[in-house]
Amino acid sequence: MAFVSIFKNRTGIEKEIDSFLNLASESGLIFMQGIDAFLNNNIDSFSEHLSHIVETEKEADTLRLSIEDLLYRKTLIPESRGDVLELIERMDALLGRFKGVLFRVEIERPDIKPQFHDGLKNLSNCVIQAVESATLSLRSYFKDISQATDHIHKIAFWETEADKGSTSLQKAIFNNNELGLDLKMQLRDLVRSIDKIADHAEDLGDTLAIYVIKRSL
Amino acid sequence: MFLFFLSSGMFLGWSLGANDASNVFGTAVGSRMLKFRTAAILCCIFVILGAVISGAGASHTLGKLGAVNAVAGAFVVAFSAAMSVYLMTLARYPVSTSQAIVGAIIGWNLFTGSPTDSTALSKIVITWIACPILSGIIAVISYKIISFFILKRKIHMFKLDEMTRYGLVLMGAFGAFALGANNIANVVGVFLPVSPFTDIELFGGFCVSPAQQLFFLGSLAIAVGVVTYSRRVMDTVGSGIFKLSPVMALVAVWAHSVVLFLFASQRLEQLLLDLGLPTLPLVPVSSSQAIVGAVVGMGLLKGRHNIRWRTVGGIAGSWITTPIFACLISFIFLFILQNVFQQTVYLP
Repeated sequence: MAFVSIFKNRTGIEKEIDSFLNLASESGLIFMQGIDAFLNNNIDSFSEHLSHIVETEKEADTLRLSIEDLLYRKTLIPESRGDVLELIERMDALLGRFKGVLFRVEIERPDIKPQFHDGLKNLSNCVIQAVESATLSLRSYFKDISQATDHIHKIAFWETEADKGSTSLQKAIFNNNELGLDLKMQLRDLVRSIDKIADHAEDLGDTLAIYVIKRSL
Repeated sequence: MFLFFLSSGMFLGWSLGANDASNVFGTAVGSRMLKFRTAAILCCIFVILGAVISGAGASHTLGKLGAVNAVAGAFVVAFSAAMSVYLMTLARYPVSTSQAIVGAIIGWNLFTGSPTDSTALSKIVITWIACPILSGIIAVISYKIISFFILKRKIHMFKLDEMTRYGLVLMGAFGAFALGANNIANVVGVFLPVSPFTDIELFGGFCVSPAQQLFFLGSLAIAVGVVTYSRRVMDTVGSGIFKLSPVMALVAVWAHSVVLFLFASQRLEQLLLDLGLPTLPLVPVSSSQAIVGAVVGMGLLKGRHNIRWRTVGGIAGSWITTPIFACLISFIFLFILQNVFQQTVYLP
């Protein structure tokens, strides 16, 4: 009977981790739509996306707690339990950062000039690609560990792209003589906070790379 | 009086349970894949089954080494072996009960002036060297095959965890059976020639031989040792030599069990004979050597810097000191029993 119950828990936790990673992937897309909506001055749509990302983050939090509970209560994967929990928590933190940036935009409502739109969209795209690669690498860590390294490599690539995008955007902002220093600093902080998401995705990738070596057969 | 003298055999059985159960389930408990309670229950059941059903094979070789022909002598031989194993268990070393009993029998041979059958002795000593090597080779090959299979089939981490747990239970049961079959000869083998037991008929026609009765009593003692004292050595085997992953733990138990089975199964010997193939000697090999061989084999596969060589050295050292120690204790106690307690320790 005990083994039947372990089996049930196992299929349960597999589904929960899959759902959690789906939410992580989704939150990147919602973030992108939110930024687009804001840049197009579609504030209603932006607010909708903000609410959506809040819901998604909340749902992910619930799943994370449930995963933690199952892992510890049922002593599943004793060897890798701590590693898995750390990875899930780091991924959850990325979701939180997406939400944080959209809240920042909602609170500050920065005046973003059209000449910066492409740069900001490009930066956001690099960031969500980095997070998407992190999600894929995490999926591979669970399902097909031999593929994990390929995706980890892509995280590093997108993080570098995000750094390039962020630097060029900040240069463009500070080289613009029409903007006051206050607005320049406000935009710089926004750009940095978006870029930070890619940095954290890369940190997750670095940690994951170690766990992949640890778990490699 | 026989039952009193048999108490040393029970002590040896207890020591074997305390020490060698760790070889079967130590890796599973050490890697936290199985609870100690589950492991202990499984181990007890299958050790008893293995001893009673398949324990006869290895006991013949031990009988050839030195036929201890007086019950007081058998008492001292078993007691000396038990004492050696117990002291090594206190030091948390997975020692070999086989080596202890062989050392103690040689002590009896030396004391009584009986000749030691050099053919039987060399057969046993060669298996002491062959056993860890063979176990290591089986572990490395099995591990390679299993890793290939896992990577090829892209098994989910949680699915793999589940399969490994089932595997550890199955392999552990097989290992406990093989341990009972192979090592029961160490526990009560010396009492076989002096046993006063007679055949018992059970459930209309099912006959339990004197040897099986002795094996049953011995395996009960092993079971008590498993439950009461095996946890300490499990930690050394589980994580002391080399940090094992759960899959490695499974492979280690598998390799250990196969080696013990190869050296204990009369049916396998018969099958090999029928096929015209060379047979393996039916010798009580060391369960500890088998598991340490498997763990070191996989450690080497992962790069030798991963192995705690100091621990391995300590274990290997205890394999040399155990038979010598048992031989000395046996000799001294035989002297005391004969000259102080006026007991007959051998029949001329």
